[in-house]
This record gives sequence, C-alpha cells and structure tokens, in this order.
Amino acid sequence: MSKTYYDPADLKKFGKITEWNEELGTKFFDYYGKVFEEGALTSREKSLIALAVAHVVKCPYCIDAYTKDGLERGITKEEMMEAVHAGAAIESGATLVHGVQMMNKYDKLSM
Amino acid sequence: MLKKSLKQRQSPLSSPEHQLNVLANGIFKKGGLPSFKTNLEKSNLFPLKPNPIEILQINLGYMCNQVCAHCHVDAGPDRKEIMSKETMQLCLEVLKKSNVTTLDLTGGAPEMNPNFRWFVEQAHKIGVQDFIVRSNLTIIMANKKYHDLSEFFKNHNIHVISSMPHWTKGKTDKQRGDGVFNLSIESLKKLNKIGYGLKNSNLKLDLVYNPSGAFLPTNQNSLELDFKKALYDDFGIEFHSLFAITNLPISRFLDYLIASENYEDYMYALVEAFNPKAVDNVMCKNTLSVGWDGYLYDCDFNQMLNLKLKDPIAHIKDFNETVLQKRTIQISQHCYGCTAGAGSSCQGAVV
Repeated sequence: MSKTYYDPADLKKFGKITEWNEELGTKFFDYYGKVFEEGALTSREKSLIALAVAHVVKCPYCIDAYTKDGLERGITKEEMMEAVHAGAAIESGATLVHGVQMMNKYDKLSM
Repeated sequence: MLKKSLKQRQSPLSSPEHQLNVLANGIFKKGGLPSFKTNLEKSNLFPLKPNPIEILQINLGYMCNQVCAHCHVDAGPDRKEIMSKETMQLCLEVLKKSNVTTLDLTGGAPEMNPNFRWFVEQAHKIGVQDFIVRSNLTIIMANKKYHDLSEFFKNHNIHVISSMPHWTKGKTDKQRGDGVFNLSIESLKKLNKIGYGLKNSNLKLDLVYNPSGAFLPTNQNSLELDFKKALYDDFGIEFHSLFAITNLPISRFLDYLIASENYEDYMYALVEAFNPKAVDNVMCKNTLSVGWDGYLYDCDFNQMLNLKLKDPIAHIKDFNETVLQKRTIQISQHCYGCTAGAGSSCQGAVV
C-alpha cells in the first residue's frame, strides 16, 4: 500500500477501473474518448480547456496528462499558462462573487 | 547548449553496445515491459521480413555544423567519419543496376562531405524518381561556399527535407542550438524564392517535426496545419508536407532520457502505443541504409547501433537485391519508436 495519496504510476492504471464495473467503466471511457474528438471545437482547444479544468479541480494526474498532451500538440507554454489563468480567474471569481452574498447578509443583519 | 558529440565527450552512451545493453535490460528485463520481439510474436509479425527495396538511404558522414540535443547519429563538427569517393562510386553502381526508386542522402550534414556535389551530379545523371537530400537548412547559410546550395538543389531537381521542431524560436533553438531558428527561416525564405515548397511547384520542400522532449508526436495532419499557418502568418513561408517523426531512444536522445529521468516513462509510452498496423509500413521494410563506410543496415537507427546486416551481404560492394530480400530485419527495443501510434518513418507517419 502506498504511503502517499497520489502515485504518478496510478495514472497508467486508470483503465483498470473497468475491471470492477465493466459496463460503467466502458461507458465512461467511450464517452471520454468521444468528447475529445475533433468537433465544433478542435482537439487542440479541448486540450487547453482540459488543462485549465485540471488545475481548477486540482487533479495531479490530469495536470500531468494534459501538459504532456499539450506538448504533443505543439501548444506553447504561453498558451498553457494563459489557459491556467483562465481557469484560476473563474475559480477566484467564483469565490469572490460569493462576497456579494456576504455583503447582502451583512447588510440584512445590520441596522 | 551542446557543443560536443557523445563520442567527443567519451560518454559510455557513445558505444552502440552500451546502448543496446540499456535497451535490453532495466524495465525490459523479465517481468517488466515486453520486448519488441515479444510484441511482434504476439501479433504474428515475427520474424520481420523486408519488402523489395525502394529506398536507398545513404549516410554521407556524421560531420555536421549543428549539435542537436536529440540527434540519433551523435553528429557534430567533431565527427570525422565521412563517406569516401570510392564508396560513393559503389553506391552509384548499385543505383544503376537496382530497382531503387528513391535515393535519400542523409548525415550529419550531407553537404559537408567534400564529394557531395560530385555524387549528386552523378546520381542525377543516372536518374531516380525521387532524389532526397536531408538538409538541416542552416548549412545553406553557414559558410560562403554553401550559399549557392539552394540553386544547386534546384538544378538537380532535389527533393529537400529539413528539420523544424517548432514554429517558435525558443523551442527550435533549445533542441537544435542557439540561432538555428533564425537561420532556418532565412534558408526557407531563400528556397521559397526560387520556387521550393510553393503550391503546385515540382520543387519539393518538406519539413520534419521531432518532438522537443520526452513525448510522442501527435496527429501529423493537425501539426502540419499548425506549422503551415504559423510559418505563413509569421514569415510568409510555404512548404509542402510535414513529417512527424518519433524520437527513437538511442544515442543523444537516449542520453537525454536517462539524464532527465524520463527513460522509463518514455519507453512505457512507446510500448503502450505499439500498433501492429504500423509494422507493415515501417521504413526498414522497403529501405536499405548505407553507412559512411559502405556497410549495410536495415535502417539509419540500426546503423547507429552498429547492427550490421549479416553475411552473406554486409557491404554495398556485395549488393544483391535477391539475396537481401531474404534477410531478417534486426530488431531491439528502439524499434518501438517506429511502431507507436500512427507509426514513424523518415517520411513521417505510416498508418
């Protein structure tokens, strides 16, 4: 048993989740594969979105996977960092917009 | 930035035996990743046999004006191995009597061989359907004596194939050396100016993309679109096709993989991406590689690993198409580089 919660080697074993529930696992990987195909958005654009989301959900596996995916696609580090900032801005915006709730509550409770 | 070859630095990895040893052990030892042979056997593709030879790829020498970080030849200014005129003559004899349709000159920088122009002129007279020179581009700008190379290529209807790892300066220079990007752009402009790479032009200009790091190339077509757009928008440069080539884990790239602790993950990625369909079209099936000293190999990579063809035909002087057809292609774990995903060859993806 690993002594840390995250082991980089576990990413390679991701496919194994199907072993304990074949139907749902297979459906998930089919869906995942379909999502990242070329569509109205290019695979390149989807890769940058995935990288940004990977940071927002703070998934180390996804960050490794989509940094590598970006390199493979020729995405530059400037593009990658801008994508991360886009994700971070939404995440911090999501925190800050709750400030309005705080202000509303504050005002309501104050004389 | 690298200045010297592995050989000059007396690195253990300059020895082909040492490289083969690395590739045969470690994670490929019993219980680890399957060997290339095991995977071929599983797909009923072992032993690997050649198709008729279509491409004669001749390495004119390991001397080069660049010292690229990923170079599988370990080429550089300090390498002195150069093909002699006598060996070139033997190659010309083979060209006359064989059914070879493509002549592919590589190096090092093939243009640095003092008999390069003589050889091109002679081969041009014999005539081949597709006459390729793998030019690193900067050579054209490197020295006054090379400035007319683009015209020389044009006069002999040479198909120019050149390396360009990225459309940005930073990534290109990191892999190929400081200043390489700007010089390459100047050379490409020069080639475009005389008709190379233009739409509908018969003067073929293709680019080769090698990933600049421990990752595999992605879809060749989408990379080509990105390269074309960026080079045209930024510099007005045009070219015909982009070939995406996987870096094989040998020589300087192997050195990089080990030093950066990426070797195991890279090999894992190659093995995971093993595609039996790519095996049908790998370049060793229709290519014969000639070393600077005339010895024959299944491919340029096997040449660097010193995996010479075995008797009865080991040298260009003994060339015999019928006998060569019966040989078995020599393999090791580096072959995974040519069979990963869409496959990889000197002409890019194979699937």
